[in-house]
Amino acid sequence: MRQTVNRIRRLWKFRGGVHPPQQKNISTSAPISPAQLPERLVLPLHQHIGEPAEPIVNIGDKVLKGQMIARPQGYVSAPIHAPTSGTVIDIGNYPVPHPSSLSATCMVIHSDGDDRWIEHHAVEDYFRLPPSELRNLIREAGIVGLGGAGFPSYIKFNPGQQKAIQTLILNGVECEPYITCDDLLMRERPQDILSGLLIIQHALQAHECLVAIEDNKPEAFVALRQATEDYDNIEVVQVPTLYPQGSEKQLVKVLTGKEVPADGLALNIGVVCANVGTAAAVHNAIHRGEPLISRNVTITGSAIGSPRNLNVLLGTPMRELIEQCDGNLDRIERLIMGGPMMGFALHRPDLPVIKTTNCILAATAEDLPPQRPELPCIRCGACADTCPVNLLPQQLYWYSKHQNLDKVQEFNLFDCIECGCCSYVCPSNIPLVQYFRFAKGDIWTQEREKEKSDIARRRHEFHQFRVARDKEERQAKRNRKKAALKADTAAAERDKKKAEIQAAIERTQTRRQDAMKDAEMRRSSYQGRTRDHSTAGNAGQQPENSSDTEQK
Amino acid sequence: MTSPTPTSPHTLAAASITRVMLRVIIALIPGLAAYIWFFGWGITINIAFAVLVALGAEAIMLQLRKRPLLPFLTDGSAIVTAVLLAFAIPPLAPWWITFIGIIFAIVVAKQLYGGLGYNPFNPAMVGYVVLLISFPREMTSWVPTLSFSPYELSFVENAIFIFTGHLPAGLAIDALTEATPLDTLKTNLGLGNTVSEIKSQLGLDEATSRLLSVIPIFGAIGGKGWEWINGGFLLGGLWLIYKKVIGWQIPAALLGSLVSISVLFYIIDPDLYASPVFHLFSGATMLAAFFIATDPVTAATSNRGRLIYGVGIGILMYIIRTWGGYPDSVAFAVLLMNMTVPIIDHYFKSRVFGRHGD
Amino acid sequence: MLSALLALSALAIVFGLLLGFSAIKFKVEGDPLVEKIDAQLPQTQCGQCSYPGCRPYAEAIAKGEADINQCPPGGETTIIALADLLERDPKPLNPENGEIKPKTVAIIDEPRCIGCTLCIQACPVDAILGAAKQMHTVIARECTGCDLCVEPCPVDCIDMVPITQDILTWKWPYPDTSLEKAS
Ligand code: SF4
Ligand code: SF4
Ligand code: SF4
Repeated sequence: MRQTVNRIRRLWKFRGGVHPPQQKNISTSAPISPAQLPERLVLPLHQHIGEPAEPIVNIGDKVLKGQMIARPQGYVSAPIHAPTSGTVIDIGNYPVPHPSSLSATCMVIHSDGDDRWIEHHAVEDYFRLPPSELRNLIREAGIVGLGGAGFPSYIKFNPGQQKAIQTLILNGVECEPYITCDDLLMRERPQDILSGLLIIQHALQAHECLVAIEDNKPEAFVALRQATEDYDNIEVVQVPTLYPQGSEKQLVKVLTGKEVPADGLALNIGVVCANVGTAAAVHNAIHRGEPLISRNVTITGSAIGSPRNLNVLLGTPMRELIEQCDGNLDRIERLIMGGPMMGFALHRPDLPVIKTTNCILAATAEDLPPQRPELPCIRCGACADTCPVNLLPQQLYWYSKHQNLDKVQEFNLFDCIECGCCSYVCPSNIPLVQYFRFAKGDIWTQEREKEKSDIARRRHEFHQFRVARDKEERQAKRNRKKAALKADTAAAERDKKKAEIQAAIERTQTRRQDAMKDAEMRRSSYQGRTRDHSTAGNAGQQPENSSDTEQK
Repeated sequence: MTSPTPTSPHTLAAASITRVMLRVIIALIPGLAAYIWFFGWGITINIAFAVLVALGAEAIMLQLRKRPLLPFLTDGSAIVTAVLLAFAIPPLAPWWITFIGIIFAIVVAKQLYGGLGYNPFNPAMVGYVVLLISFPREMTSWVPTLSFSPYELSFVENAIFIFTGHLPAGLAIDALTEATPLDTLKTNLGLGNTVSEIKSQLGLDEATSRLLSVIPIFGAIGGKGWEWINGGFLLGGLWLIYKKVIGWQIPAALLGSLVSISVLFYIIDPDLYASPVFHLFSGATMLAAFFIATDPVTAATSNRGRLIYGVGIGILMYIIRTWGGYPDSVAFAVLLMNMTVPIIDHYFKSRVFGRHGD
Repeated sequence: MLSALLALSALAIVFGLLLGFSAIKFKVEGDPLVEKIDAQLPQTQCGQCSYPGCRPYAEAIAKGEADINQCPPGGETTIIALADLLERDPKPLNPENGEIKPKTVAIIDEPRCIGCTLCIQACPVDAILGAAKQMHTVIARECTGCDLCVEPCPVDCIDMVPITQDILTWKWPYPDTSLEKAS
């Protein structure tokens, strides 16, 4: 049945890469142990790639362990759950682990010490659920990539409509020096990883699954191989140790020989990668109903007395973890979150553990290279030879240094994965990666500003248009009013005239009638002189009247 | 906790420019040993003097340019330039030849362009070309291999000659010098002789040549003595590739194209054109392929570009050697290709992961 | 709820149409140089260049009436971009036009606002919302930080505050090249 065990799988190579000293043995002697419950937990709302989460509880609210306290905002986002029971004592700006040493919005929970769970239950028969519902559960559980990037997992576990996923790769490579949290997780909980893997496989409807483990982790390899023995479409593959093999695109190349297009995703070639820690978190979410509230963190470095891996509630201050591992804060020369190749230096030790904290490296001077000045690039090409993306770092450096942002993009700056191989080998000690990050930041800022100024231009144009239109409108209104007014007076005038005319007409008519009457009277009086005098008296009156009217 | 260095990686390999340069110098040792064996100690005097002048010039220039002395003076790049140029200068050339060459290389070709990393032309080759054009006589009087020199100068006598121009009593400079094999070949071809004739006259084995009192210039495969020196450079060069100090692209492309084009002409007319093997093992071929053309600062950037660059140098070397006015051609070939580097870099970028074409 | 949605979408459509219409109506045919210059200007529309907005300034530059160093909000970047575009030598900002200041955004102290609408009339990009006798507020996203609304406010309730960096807009600094500094 198990032919795959003996089958030697063909592996490919990516070009470049380096072999920094492993330093893994330091922290693998002790098993993973739970860290102490902290008194105060600080939970940044932005622990993942995408939009920050949005608080759904208020200051003063009591929360239970596992209760959602912030909900995702937008598609690319993840919720945050209370890691323990207690009271929300603040929602505000606190320092967060970020290369900028800046602060960001966090929720602070004062633990009540009970560590009381909210009601939760496992999902029965997850395989009966449609994949979309499964993804939704994963989203609700706040699971993000635990390898270090922190991309919301439910998005990754969506094969889209058009593509069937050929290969699901579980990434247990852990190529960064010092970090061992995945290694120990694989050694200790292969079953959890396997069951998480099966769930993800179901969500993706993937045909085959590969678990990749570097050959410097033989125990983990054996443990997972045993765990997956009965599954035909799951294969555990040992890959030769080489940094940065854990990088998704490089790993896909090694295992499948396919190159993920530079501006595409692994998904585009039918592959999805997930970290082993993520798989274990998925297992917890589905089979136990527990959201992501803790993670394994390697506490290591020469400043740590007993380096090991701890299972840590999110939000725990790193300082407490260092102290629990007999660390000496004064000896720390540089405190690094993540590994020495890609991690970033922290400015203070009391920052909280977040979803992407895989390692706390408390480095003393002996862990770090001696400070050497940056010399000019001698174009030796060592950097280009080690670049796993096959870029020309010396050219990128030249153009980044001189802030030639067009040229630097022409040399594909944005394909750089910031793995640090180039800086690592550079004989001139040039901090190449920082130049690249600087250039990327510059380009982003410029784009943002460009966008902003475009919007401003449009809005200004619209503003001018609106002002002009308003003016026109006002003008038009005024005109109309004037016209209306004019029209009114004209009508009145007309009426008056009409009335006058009418009056005139009437007058003439009356006059004519009078005249006719007069004439009549005169005629009749002339006739009546002979017969009736009395009418003469009348007639004598009438002309007076008529003259009256005439006078009027 | 000191303020954090802002960026990753927080660890570095042990590489440094000094280390790179040191390895280059180590790799020159086999060639140097052969050189000393065949041409005497003059080269060591030249090298030592050249290095001193180079460091002095570098220091003064750094001061003038208001740059810190320390990382730059010890990076070893000036030393490598000096050593390479010293190899190209005849062992008996007077001191001022070396002096002028080095000053030109360091001051003009390197520092005035902005120092390490900013020079578009290979400094050693610029120095050499300046010397060759200005002092053709001094630059082309080579010495015969030691065993055939009428007089073997001691180290001290050599030094005295270089710095004062005095030879031990009774010796004339003409007796001590002769043209290089490539030069001889060219002159004789110009006189209408065929390659094989020239070789049979001048490439005799030791016994016969002693008998006829002709000084042999041609060895079994290349120039006499030069074949061994080239062999030494080849060895050192391979070690450099093995140590990843240099890539294989430029040497392979250079030697490959040189061989291909010489095979072509050799097949057309072996009497007029020297054999590919002769080309490989004469003059500064190996030095050029592994030590001069590979100077990273002035070479092309991408691996594909480096192939083109190497091929270009190989072809130019052959053309200049065969039809040009100068005996050896490395310097001109390298400088000409230095000029094309920006174009090569523009058209031959590497294929980026996940991108097609370009 | 539904009616609100409908009203909002209707409004959106109307404004979209208006915008589109204004784009057509205000489209200036011809002079692409003006367009190109205008594209380099920050569009703050503050008038510090002594023209009534970025576009008039662009036109003035195109006609050769104005120099390239009169836009304080654009600062050095804009001057260099203009110098590149027009193939001239960059020069420092003309101090008569003001000085380079960090980018700011206007904030209205709402309780103090009397709803006079003077600021609305001053805003070149219609970034202030409000009606007569009602308190006003600034759409920070649209505000260009031009300062023009500060002056007219009779109760002085508008402040220009520097834009603070957050972890989303933060960018890596230029490497500290100590050797270069030593020189
Ligand atoms: S490794 Fe450093 S010195 Fe060498 S080419 Fe790259 S950047 Fe330049
Ligand atoms: S950091 Fe970027 S340029 Fe440097 S080796 Fe890695 S991918 Fe290549
Ligand atoms: S000074 Fe103000 S109005 Fe003038 S161009 Fe600059 S931003 Fe536009």
